[in-house]
Amino acid sequence: MPKVKLPRKSTAIDMTAMCDVAFLLLSFFILAAKFKPPENLTVNTPSSVSTKIAPDKDVVMLTIDKDGKVYFSVSDGNKTQKADIIDAVNTAKNLNLTAAEKAAFSKNPSAYIATPFSQLKSYLQKDPDQLKGVSLPGIPAKDSTDNEVVDWVRAAKDAFQGGHMNIIVRGDNASKYPAFQGIIMALKKNDEMKFQIVTNPVAVPKGTELYKQNVATGTKGASGG
Amino acid sequence: MAEMDTSGGGGHKKGPGVKKGKKLSTRVDLTPMVDLGFLLITFFIFTTTMSQPTAMRIFLPKDVDKPEEQNKVKASAVLTIMLGKADQIYYYEGDDPAKLQSTNFKGVRDVILDKKRRTDPKDFVVVLKPSADATYKNTVDILDEMSIDEVHRYAMVEISPYEYKLVTTTEQANGIK
Repeated sequence: MPKVKLPRKSTAIDMTAMCDVAFLLLSFFILAAKFKPPENLTVNTPSSVSTKIAPDKDVVMLTIDKDGKVYFSVSDGNKTQKADIIDAVNTAKNLNLTAAEKAAFSKNPSAYIATPFSQLKSYLQKDPDQLKGVSLPGIPAKDSTDNEVVDWVRAAKDAFQGGHMNIIVRGDNASKYPAFQGIIMALKKNDEMKFQIVTNPVAVPKGTELYKQNVATGTKGASGG
Repeated sequence: MAEMDTSGGGGHKKGPGVKKGKKLSTRVDLTPMVDLGFLLITFFIFTTTMSQPTAMRIFLPKDVDKPEEQNKVKASAVLTIMLGKADQIYYYEGDDPAKLQSTNFKGVRDVILDKKRRTDPKDFVVVLKPSADATYKNTVDILDEMSIDEVHRYAMVEISPYEYKLVTTTEQANGIK
């Protein structure tokens, strides 16, 4: 046996520095992440091959839940427009809303309208916590004679005059066509011919026409429509 | 996870290796912590970029009541697709709804492409008629199908009562699905 042993060096690396870097990066990404606003209306949206991002500014959103009920909401950054909308509806329908009730809609970032005009006043008086779990009737939209979505869209159109308004429809997979048809009617009546539907992105199926076109034009994943 | 190395002989060669455990080592192995950190980083990287929902653009045609202003379509070049209950699709070519055929969402692509191949691209039009029993998902899927199959001229219109009756009788004949 050799008398001189090879000096054995430690193979343990001091991981403190690596840990610091890891947590710095982590903090950066946490702060950069924008959290979705709390969804009080959970909706399963269908999928589509479209890759255009849904806008999140100047948005007027019409949500259809799985029972076909229609809800109306406006994006968070448009408080003045929200106030204008609720004022316009108040005067047009003689609802006698107090300033507090109007503020319940215009100041609350996740507020949405879920009742016909007749119940609007009592709906706005309630706290959002009181409404959790309560089944709301939704805005009437299916009957062509009683389509209140028309009034809401008209109020929104006037409030956004001069600016650009993005109309977005966020529907649940299970809702039936009449609710969607009611919304389309309301938009046509207000001469709003362009709108967007929120979908989950999926890849273009291989071998289809659109896929071949994307490959030919070199735009992988970008849709033409 | 991180262990307090009290044996004093395990992970490090520096310092006295003690048999009786009088000198406690305070070295903590941080490797698992770093693994966790990187896992969380990758999670946040993926969720921030993927959290944007996408949107499908829809352009509605203007409703014109005067028949002479309506777009003239060649009846032979038209494929009419009707959406029924339970994700079923009924279609016919031309203007004779009595010759209904049925398919589902998997087969409709072949139907559309087949008709497209046989028709003059200038005249090819697809007319979509969702019935009251169709779901929103059916409607969006068929619109998506239009863009997947590169159908440039299509219209979504109301189903007529006659066609709806044909659809319901076909559904009953096939067993209420």
